[in-house]
Amino acid sequence: MPQLGESVTEGTIGRWLKQVGDQVEKYEPIVEVATDKVNAEVPSPFSGVLTEIIAAEGETLSVGQPICEIAEQGGDSAEAPAAAKVPDAPTPKAPAAGAMDTADAPQPVPAAYEPLGAAQNAGRVRTSPYVRRLANDAGIDLQLVPASGAEGRVTREDLARFQQQAPASAAAAAPAQPAAAAPQIPQPAPPVQPPAMAGDRFMDLTPMRRTIAEHMVRSKREAPHATAWFEVDMSSVVALRKRIRAEFEEREGVPLTYLPFVTKAAVEALREFPQINASWGGDKIIVHGPVHVGLAVAIPDGLIVPILRNADGLSIAGIARGANDLITRARAGRLTLTDIEGGTFTVNNPGSYGSVFSAPVINQPQAAILSMEAIVKRPVVVQGDAIAVRSMMFLSFSFDHRVLDGAMANQYLASVKRRLEAMGPETAVY
Amino acid sequence: MAVKNLIDGVREAMHEEMARDPRVVLLGEDVGIRGGVFRASEGLVGEFGEARVIDAPLGESGIAGVAIGMALNGLRPIAEMQFADFIHPAFNQIVSEAAKIRYRSNNDFHVPMVIRAPFGGGVHGALYHSQSVEAFFMHVPGLKIVVPSTPADAKGLLKSAIRDEDPVMYFEHKRTYRLVRGEIPDGDFTVPIGKARTVREGKDLSIFAYGLMAVFAEQAALELEKEGVSAEVIDLRTLLPLDREAILSSIGKTHRGLVVYEANRTMGAGAEVAALIAEEALFELDAPVRRLAGPDLPAMPFNTVQEEHFMPNPEKIVHAARELLAS
Repeated sequence: MPQLGESVTEGTIGRWLKQVGDQVEKYEPIVEVATDKVNAEVPSPFSGVLTEIIAAEGETLSVGQPICEIAEQGGDSAEAPAAAKVPDAPTPKAPAAGAMDTADAPQPVPAAYEPLGAAQNAGRVRTSPYVRRLANDAGIDLQLVPASGAEGRVTREDLARFQQQAPASAAAAAPAQPAAAAPQIPQPAPPVQPPAMAGDRFMDLTPMRRTIAEHMVRSKREAPHATAWFEVDMSSVVALRKRIRAEFEEREGVPLTYLPFVTKAAVEALREFPQINASWGGDKIIVHGPVHVGLAVAIPDGLIVPILRNADGLSIAGIARGANDLITRARAGRLTLTDIEGGTFTVNNPGSYGSVFSAPVINQPQAAILSMEAIVKRPVVVQGDAIAVRSMMFLSFSFDHRVLDGAMANQYLASVKRRLEAMGPETAVY
Repeated sequence: MAVKNLIDGVREAMHEEMARDPRVVLLGEDVGIRGGVFRASEGLVGEFGEARVIDAPLGESGIAGVAIGMALNGLRPIAEMQFADFIHPAFNQIVSEAAKIRYRSNNDFHVPMVIRAPFGGGVHGALYHSQSVEAFFMHVPGLKIVVPSTPADAKGLLKSAIRDEDPVMYFEHKRTYRLVRGEIPDGDFTVPIGKARTVREGKDLSIFAYGLMAVFAEQAALELEKEGVSAEVIDLRTLLPLDREAILSSIGKTHRGLVVYEANRTMGAGAEVAALIAEEALFELDAPVRRLAGPDLPAMPFNTVQEEHFMPNPEKIVHAARELLAS
């Protein structure tokens, strides 16, 4: 299981794109792997023949575990033994399987793959010798014990907690397939569970849910959040969008929402205030050169923030197309790892659900996050002390007070506001 | 009982043993008129005379060799190495002669000798006055090695060493001489060689240390207590033979072990403790045994910053304990 990202510790095997006996070229995708962040295709590090699939579809493995074997062919023979357990041409592991009878088969086909049983998996639980002994004495399968220790280790405390909850857990665990208990991601010790009330049910944490929880807690704990709100008159943007929408959607083939307008203004303002496009680096502040804007996308089981790269080089139409592509693929679970890495700033759109005011949590280690709220018609006092009905929108802006202060944050917001209010019939969309 | 320094314990032990047993003699550089560079033998030459408190020439091989000869001929010599750093010329005498004579002579001869040597750093002693040499001698069957960390143990262990029928290396950490104060029981008493001391009981991890590091480990345990961590501190006191029962029973209680020593990390006393635990108590272990030790550098640097880098201290012990608990 390759390392699929900085904080990724494990992956779940999706679909095998190659089967045992298939010829694979170097860099050719051989399997799909789902991590807590994205689905990725794993390229083959060698050219050769896939001789054994070790990890079945749906199995979750920590980084570094073997997932398959490839017998190298043709290449430098000196490298071959290092790359594969079977040094030369693959030989069938079970001659009784009868595969050899098909004389014309170019590659021998090993016996049908057997999923690893629980007994074999037991050896993979990370724990200490002492905990293993305690579990053995108590007759507990460590596979079923949720781990909280370093690198996914089952600790003494985990075992004690499991034993206390044994009656409930045993009942719940018995019918479940072993795979359900397999993922053991490092996590802070869970809080004491409140007693279940009638009608309560437990939802297992998906890897994504767990990652979101960890990231949110980390952000709130590490970054002193300060939030500012600016009110923007979006009337001209509303009028502009209304006027060009049908033509735009016909021409570009993607819907025209307000997101590209706000993102455009936000990115231009970032060029004006580059210190906002920054990260906290512990003993320094990293002011980012490129502007890679993360767009928070709600998906059925959580939230993901794909990155619109070099957004400062895009027109409103370019942002609309890029955002649409990312959002569509995010909802379809087709993002790749590069789609979600390297963001320098985040734009969030809770307004699409009707929110008019929020206090967003910063996407670490970025310095700031901008939420665009719902555009609502409101009576407001305009020039000449008249009262008019205008399309108003709040911008909610949370920033890491270690990186910047209110003065700059508010100047930045004022710039975004000015740019949005200045949009009109002459604004270049394409 | 009275509160005294660790070096008072050394002096009292020598004084009382010389008064009790006329066979006990002291020899070393400046031990007589000067009273020792650390004043460990102050007043002894006046009371017992130059025949029993002998100022030796600058020659550690000679001091050890003469002491071995005295011991073989019925005396009970205490040979002082002015600094443990200078013990290396005497290595041959100690390892090839003192440690082996009983074995080699089929029990006909034995060497009831004590070699006292101030060791250890953190005193701006730099490379020739800071060394920790105990590991060299831990490799030698036929020797016993003790390291006190309290005034009472200093006295009781030295008395046991003087009364022992075989060679005993008695290492005194220079920094503890006047840093450590404590009560010394009145009257004649001994502390047995080969028995560790439980400094404080705990349940979350065991810290094994000796000499100054046992003092620091106790301070670290107090700090850890504020974080809700219950650290057991075991002062090994005797490095050869190690108190296996004390080490293993402490691991059986806490399931996590940290060995702290000031000597160079590689092949130090900590290696033996860790190996013992790995061999005898693997299935008690909740985490790998850790060592916190001096770095593998040729010598203790002189300047303060580098010396502090070299020396383990209570903060480093607390940090290592936290890491151990998190692993």
